[in-house]
Amino acid sequence: MKSIGYYPGCALACSGIELDLSIRELSRLAEVELCEVADWNCCGASSAHSTGHDLAVALPYRVLALAEAQGLTEVLAPCASCFSRLKGTLVRLRRNPEMLEKMAGLTGRPCRNSVAVVNVLEYLNRLLKDGLAGKFTAPLKGVKVAAYYGCLLSRGEDIVEGDDAENPTGMEAAIRAAGCEVVPWNFATECCGGAFSLAKPEAVVELSAAILGDAEQAGAQMIVTGCPMCHSNLDMRQRAMSAAGRRTGSMPILYLSELLGLAAGIAPKAIGLDRHFTDAMSVAGRSA
Amino acid sequence: MARVGVFICHCGENIARTVDVAAAAAAAAKFPGVVYSVDYKYMCSDPGQQLIRKAIADHKLTGAVVAACSPRMHENTFRRAAAAAGMNPYLLEMANVREHCAWVHSDRAAATAKAIDLIRVMVEKVKRNRSLKTITVPVEPTAVVIGGGIAGIQAALDIAAGGKQVVLIEKSPSLGGHMARLSETFPTLDCSQCILTPRMVEAANHPNITLMTSSEVESVGGFVGNFEVTVRRKARYVDPAKCTGCGECWSKCPSKNIPSEFDAGLSRRTAIYRASPQAVPNQPVIDAQHCLMLTKGRCGVCAKVCPRGAINFKDADELVKVKAGAIVLATGFELWDHSAYGEYGAGRIADVIDGFAFERLASASGPTAGEIRRPSDGAEPKTVVFVQCCGSRDEKVGVKYCSKICCMYTAKHAMLYAHKVHGGRAVVFYMDIRSAGKGYDEFVRRAIEKDGAEYIRGRVSKIYRRADGKITVRGTDTLAGMPVTVEADMVVLADAVTPRADAQKLARMLGVAYDADGFFSEAHPKLRPVETAVAGVYLAGACQAPKDIPESVSQASAAAAKVLGLFSKPKLEREPIVSHVNRITCAHCRACINACPYKAIEDFNILDRSGKVLRTVSNVNEGLCQGCGTCVSVCRSKSIDLDGFTDEQVYLQIAALEPVEAGAKTEGSS
Amino acid sequence: MEKTETITENARTGFEPHIIAFVCNWCTYAGADLAGTSRLQYAPNVRIIKLPCTGRIDPLLVLKAFQGGADAVLVSGCHPGDCHYTSGNYHARRRWSVFGKLLAFAGIDGRRLYFSWVSAAEGQKFADLINSITKEVHAAGPFDRINPARRRA
Repeated sequence: MKSIGYYPGCALACSGIELDLSIRELSRLAEVELCEVADWNCCGASSAHSTGHDLAVALPYRVLALAEAQGLTEVLAPCASCFSRLKGTLVRLRRNPEMLEKMAGLTGRPCRNSVAVVNVLEYLNRLLKDGLAGKFTAPLKGVKVAAYYGCLLSRGEDIVEGDDAENPTGMEAAIRAAGCEVVPWNFATECCGGAFSLAKPEAVVELSAAILGDAEQAGAQMIVTGCPMCHSNLDMRQRAMSAAGRRTGSMPILYLSELLGLAAGIAPKAIGLDRHFTDAMSVAGRSA
Repeated sequence: MARVGVFICHCGENIARTVDVAAAAAAAAKFPGVVYSVDYKYMCSDPGQQLIRKAIADHKLTGAVVAACSPRMHENTFRRAAAAAGMNPYLLEMANVREHCAWVHSDRAAATAKAIDLIRVMVEKVKRNRSLKTITVPVEPTAVVIGGGIAGIQAALDIAAGGKQVVLIEKSPSLGGHMARLSETFPTLDCSQCILTPRMVEAANHPNITLMTSSEVESVGGFVGNFEVTVRRKARYVDPAKCTGCGECWSKCPSKNIPSEFDAGLSRRTAIYRASPQAVPNQPVIDAQHCLMLTKGRCGVCAKVCPRGAINFKDADELVKVKAGAIVLATGFELWDHSAYGEYGAGRIADVIDGFAFERLASASGPTAGEIRRPSDGAEPKTVVFVQCCGSRDEKVGVKYCSKICCMYTAKHAMLYAHKVHGGRAVVFYMDIRSAGKGYDEFVRRAIEKDGAEYIRGRVSKIYRRADGKITVRGTDTLAGMPVTVEADMVVLADAVTPRADAQKLARMLGVAYDADGFFSEAHPKLRPVETAVAGVYLAGACQAPKDIPESVSQASAAAAKVLGLFSKPKLEREPIVSHVNRITCAHCRACINACPYKAIEDFNILDRSGKVLRTVSNVNEGLCQGCGTCVSVCRSKSIDLDGFTDEQVYLQIAALEPVEAGAKTEGSS
Repeated sequence: MEKTETITENARTGFEPHIIAFVCNWCTYAGADLAGTSRLQYAPNVRIIKLPCTGRIDPLLVLKAFQGGADAVLVSGCHPGDCHYTSGNYHARRRWSVFGKLLAFAGIDGRRLYFSWVSAAEGQKFADLINSITKEVHAAGPFDRINPARRRA
């Protein structure tokens, strides 16, 4: 793989910036060019499909149409929500080809639905297959990691392919390649509270606290995730969890790409490790 | 000249609603060769059959076509009516205008046209039918019963009581099947072993029953009345004639850590073992995969301590041929593997068990002497959650159907638990309660009202094990409209009832059909529940569909009645749909001999007057021919034809369907 | 001798395919019966001719059906391994792969000949099969390759 289309989405530009930084660093290391989709728009995330069906399809459709016009065959969408919207729209258009015409009318852009959409786990596993692990100069020996998939990286018929929705293992190879130990635990696919972070943060405090609690009971020293929403809920709300009496102590939450970046010896600040709400820089100290 | 009668049935409204039967009768009256054409409301009823008989006599019919339901339904009924009127029954055919026409089409014009076509096709065929005499073959009055559980035992006992010989074949070393593993049975809470073991002993000792345990069916040849079943009697390494069941061998066997299949893996057994103390025959066998002598050539302690010298390490599998007139399939069921449910722990949580494991815990002769204890740490569970419908009624991951017995045995489990663990909490998650037998609903109410089981209507969405060993069960209470979480010590899943994994292989050996779920297919779901489409092969028990013990016993007795009916005549009448060779044109290329699956075609020498062989041709043994017709299509010189489906008949049937211009010149024949 | 007119054309829609199905008694015929008892609806264009086994069906019967004006022929029997007579359907399957090549060699559109396995439990499959065949043949038009003289204009 020499290059791949790149759709950062709104999250990677702001609250999920560590994901963007770490992906760019790893891609640079792997010598893969990230071709950003020109003039990309917001995928709509949960707001669009709560508002209107046509809007929910038209927004991702426009992104796919732009990518196709740009000559891209594949687009990486690291944010799990963006991935779910883009790939979900691709699948919906494949099942209902008559919608292509309608969307072309709404957006003023034709599209043949020829662009494939790749999520962050698929991308990182591909980099590993192409030999990225050979560049891991600073593996984190024996650190116990709980792999957290959340909803959008584990479920969706025809959307998330090749992994078991109830018992996903897509992150395990990468975590082990980074030198860490994968810890078996119960909450790998439990909901973190998602977008309730804004509308009803108490729900997030309850749900995410339960996730952290189970990871701790399983003996994990950190949680690794792939979704900026999950990351935000688990990382940002730990103080609120303590204030509500749900948690004591703190647990670092890393993106899988950050973990791999550390293992590759990339400077922690370059991958955004210093930007977390809950201290994660201590993890950097555990590299061999 | 042909004189064919056409009889069109209304079948009440079933046919008449969609097919214009009067118009069809009028059209049929004009077919060449048809001298009588009538329609009637219920042709299979007594007056209907009378109508046919009278028409045959009055109009001197040489053939009859009954246009009605499927021949699979009533061909025999109408053929018997024809025979009663003095017409050869094989001169009557049925046109299927119900299952293949009225029931599947809604356009009256199209359906009527199709019905007329179908009738015309059968009229053309019937005009070429020959009077055939049924073929008689001898019947071997021995039944083979495959499966030694309660259904197999019951069938064997009933056939034996009828004075006929039975060979009862059981795959495992002991009779009893799953019923032997149960603690108590619903709805009476009878001790399962207490009601079963006398039957097991009776079957083993009955003079008319030959027991073959540790045996499997290897192949089946032949046909009804004359089956040849090849049975592989597996090596047991213990001489049954010498062994007294004293137990010296297994008490000394050093290979001790084998999970016991009988105890659902909750206890360990030795390599030389008896499945349970009540095993019949009450003798051990050696598990060749775990025996040190058989795998590594050392040990042999059992042989040394056996006071009768009954151990024989040189034992080998033996193939035994059994001649039988009928076969009863009673192979039972197994439980669905719940490791497919990742959300229930994927089969990896030790304290999440299935129904059989719970039975073994509850059983007085089980690994915990009847005390309910958690498999992980042996502690007594204070809260047990029972989850019904695990795998059943689940189109995506499990099976579509309802497994019938789980509501009842879950109630039973909840009651047993309440009786044994005072103050324990039993919680049952259910979707519906199916307790339709005699005393069954009262039984479930007793579990709830007397024994305090908490029934929550809702599915369980997740089961996981906490670090402190408690098991969290998350589900919903749909009646209260709330999610509910139960912290349990143990969970019992009511796994779906499925046919055994090797059932399909056995079905193929016998030519028995099985449905999409793997259960053996009965000949007719309503009226022929214990027969299969293969004459002489009957069904009993859960191998046909999930069912409980009383139903299995009933079905087994029904199958036995069918077998005894079959054996009541010394000779069996067979359908005369057989092939015949035209000896004049046969070139003896032997293509037919090679193609015949029944080896029914043999060489035949045509001799001159002095006994010299002039030519050799093929000849069909009518007793063996099953009438498939494969020989007809492989013959290059068209020297062999199948009575009932001759080339001429089929060609004329096809020709009867040709669409033609009205008034166009056509060839034809009458 | 006069043959009665067979109504195979629906005045409303024009061409109605004439389809003949040779089926085996034990599986497909029973499957069609199941479709009937389940009241599944399918196109009325098919006429079933019952034979004991697909092993009995030889290519001449198929050619005769086409010669007689069939627009499509379906041959259907038990799934491999489940033949009531053990091996009849294997013979049928082998015969068919050769016959298909022969048809292609003779320039006859092999797509007019359908071959399927339908078991006694597959009523829905039978109904779906008839509907899809009728639809395909309807789109393909009348088959006049073998005997143009017999087809209506």
